[in-house]
Amino acid sequence: MIDPVVLFFLLGVFARVLRSDLRVPEPLYDALSIYLLVALGLKGGAELSSALAPSLAGQALLAVAMGCVLPLLAFALLRHLGRLDRSNAAAIAAHYGSVSVVTFAAGLTYLSSRGIASEPTMPLFVALLEVPGLLVGVMLARMGRGRSDGAARVGLGPILRDALVGKSVVLLIGGLLAGALLGPDGLAPVKPFFGDLFKGALCLFMLELGLIAGGQLGALRQAGPFLAAFALLVPPVFGAIGAGFGWLMGLSHGGIALMATLAASASYIAAPAAMRMSVPEANPALSISIVLGVTFPFNLLAGIPLYERMAARIAGSA
Amino acid sequence: MTGLHVRKLVTVVCETSLERRVLETLREAGASGYTMSDVRGGGARGERGGDWEGGRSVEIKVLCDEGTAQRLVDALIDRYSADYALALWVADVTVARPSKFT
Repeated sequence: MIDPVVLFFLLGVFARVLRSDLRVPEPLYDALSIYLLVALGLKGGAELSSALAPSLAGQALLAVAMGCVLPLLAFALLRHLGRLDRSNAAAIAAHYGSVSVVTFAAGLTYLSSRGIASEPTMPLFVALLEVPGLLVGVMLARMGRGRSDGAARVGLGPILRDALVGKSVVLLIGGLLAGALLGPDGLAPVKPFFGDLFKGALCLFMLELGLIAGGQLGALRQAGPFLAAFALLVPPVFGAIGAGFGWLMGLSHGGIALMATLAASASYIAAPAAMRMSVPEANPALSISIVLGVTFPFNLLAGIPLYERMAARIAGSA
Repeated sequence: MTGLHVRKLVTVVCETSLERRVLETLREAGASGYTMSDVRGGGARGERGGDWEGGRSVEIKVLCDEGTAQRLVDALIDRYSADYALALWVADVTVARPSKFT
């Protein structure tokens, strides 16, 4: 069964490659991203009010630990195998250490279309996982240079602040809290909008992402074969690590699959913004082209089903 | 009849990640106001189509006196021209109320 979300992504890629005049207006893109974040938060929050896991603090710590380990691993690979300079290696590591909410949303719809449930706390882990990768990336970039050349660079404090009050964290956590406060009954009036329309909105968003990803294919040549291979091989490896963390966290089949999806995903919104501020000498085209041109399509087309299978094995329900 | 006076119009086009810091630089230089809009374009750092977060650009216009314009241009080029998508230019314009644009 082909997922409509995947088809619309491919349509966007083809439209861009064929140089169609199709363009998703910026306000619609912004509106859709706000809608998706709120809907994800609300969905988790509504179920959260009925079943709060007592082990939540431990799970959250493990999620943050994963968010710190992955960028370090990516950095080591990029520096030692890829021989990248410190700034570019750190910036790319931050992208792969942080997460992509849309990839998570695609994973969630993949699971729900197969009737696989996951923990309502998952959106909380998305919000938690977005931040550590960015901070680790900035610190890795800093380690190699003196304190004197910082005029145009932004420190860790503002990066942390920007990440914590950034659109995605505010809306995910805000949606979770609102959903938990309102409960299933309180959310009933908005469910047609935030629940039933979710997948359709995701399709439109994927169309736009396809257009953007298609536009990155040319820049892949600049990135070169090592980075292209990195972008293709890291998702399954990081996905397996994420599945391991999901197992440590004691998550269900669906939860493990989503942790694997998050670990395999790479940020293309929060990370580029943070890296432009803190590591401006890194070439943004390198990271964006591999994240959107290779890693995101891979996760969407092949990765998510793979992570679901991994999770099924681990959870013992295959 | 209102007198006409020459002032500088500084136009800065840059990636949105610089927006906040350009506005800070503007205040430091002593400019009294600005006008900003979202724009699209392309240049040495590729096409900036404005369709998603990573590819957006802004245009910031500042009317000011010559001293402020010079401080602003110097600070922006010194801090940001090496690593960011940034273009700026300065033009002479005529205004009716010079005290409004310092």
